[in-house]
Amino acid sequence: MHPVRKQRLIMVLFVVIFASVAVGLLAYALRENINLFYPPSKIIAGEAPVDKRIRAGGCVLPGEVRRAKDNLDVSFLITDGAASVEVQYSGILPDLFAEGEAVVVNGKLNGEGVFMASEVLAKHDETYTPPEVAEAMQNTGEHQKTCEGMNYGS
Amino acid sequence: MAWQWFHRLGSPRWFFEKTNAWIPWLAAISISLLIVGAVWGLAFAPADMKQGNSYRIIYIHVPASFLALAGYYTMAISGAIGLIWKMKLADMVMKSAAPIGAVLTFVALITGAVWGKPTWGTWWVWDARITSMLVLFFLYLGVIALQEAYQNQDTANKASAILALVGTVNIPIIYKSVDWWYTLHQPATIKFTSESTIHPTMLYPLLVMVVGFYVFYALVLLMRTRTEILSREKKTRWVQELAVKT
Repeated sequence: MHPVRKQRLIMVLFVVIFASVAVGLLAYALRENINLFYPPSKIIAGEAPVDKRIRAGGCVLPGEVRRAKDNLDVSFLITDGAASVEVQYSGILPDLFAEGEAVVVNGKLNGEGVFMASEVLAKHDETYTPPEVAEAMQNTGEHQKTCEGMNYGS
Repeated sequence: MAWQWFHRLGSPRWFFEKTNAWIPWLAAISISLLIVGAVWGLAFAPADMKQGNSYRIIYIHVPASFLALAGYYTMAISGAIGLIWKMKLADMVMKSAAPIGAVLTFVALITGAVWGKPTWGTWWVWDARITSMLVLFFLYLGVIALQEAYQNQDTANKASAILALVGTVNIPIIYKSVDWWYTLHQPATIKFTSESTIHPTMLYPLLVMVVGFYVFYALVLLMRTRTEILSREKKTRWVQELAVKT
């Protein structure tokens, strides 16, 4: 390769590597802020701020969803497998909200460790299955698989 | 003479005449693939168990996002070739790729928002995947703007190539964002190392759409590059003779 071109090639590689290192360090320094939500185990461990607007995310624990009879109040437990947090919400839940499905809730953590949500978002997983296939598999375990796949461990 | 084709690319005229015959083929292949994929995906593929029919936007969203990312590499690599070898054709490809990539990124963001409303319950959320995709959109706009910001074409090429190269950092971030951080956006469905988590009856039309988008991208990039060749070489004899002939 011609020496001038070689020099320019090295310059180009330098620009790309330098930019990667800079952005890598930036992302590393901001790693906690880039996360959209706190998993329940971090909330239980006291890493989430109290009485500040934050998001929490996890799987809705089956059998723990309690709806009020005469209004839209609902309370449920979200879990990441290691710990669970109670969420209280008043409003319309998204269509995909269900027991054993993942959610991201937006709101404030109160002093008793209960999450007072002002917004509930359904987190869809990456599986796509036709209804007939799901029926044929008799798949009630599908929901559990959803939550396993979320991998809150890291 | 393994490198002969590469040196020939230095001649925009050779490239223009060579690719003339490719256009109808690329057009025929891409349009038939897109029609087959769209009809198959929208009308014949089964509905999803949880989302019903709204998941069908995947047949636009996923191919558009793939090409928005792959198109950025096309733009950045041709920018690098232009910087290193001072090849005119590479600079033209870089300039032509920017608006196509911007449109595809915009389509990916809009279709994602339209799908997010019924599925998540919100149009938009500032998670790592969506935010980095928005940054990609701004990078494309930056390259377009830098191309127009200078009177001198060489300076414009150099500036936009450097921006394109710096921006390549964003591509692996977009791709891995759903694995590195907690996001609302789900992880990848089509996996290369393990089995994809989408039923084959839904996957095949998606793959047809992805291939169709790739060929369509090649077609549009080629057409834009050829227009760019004519516009930049308009003072040369061969372009003037071509204009007289047609």
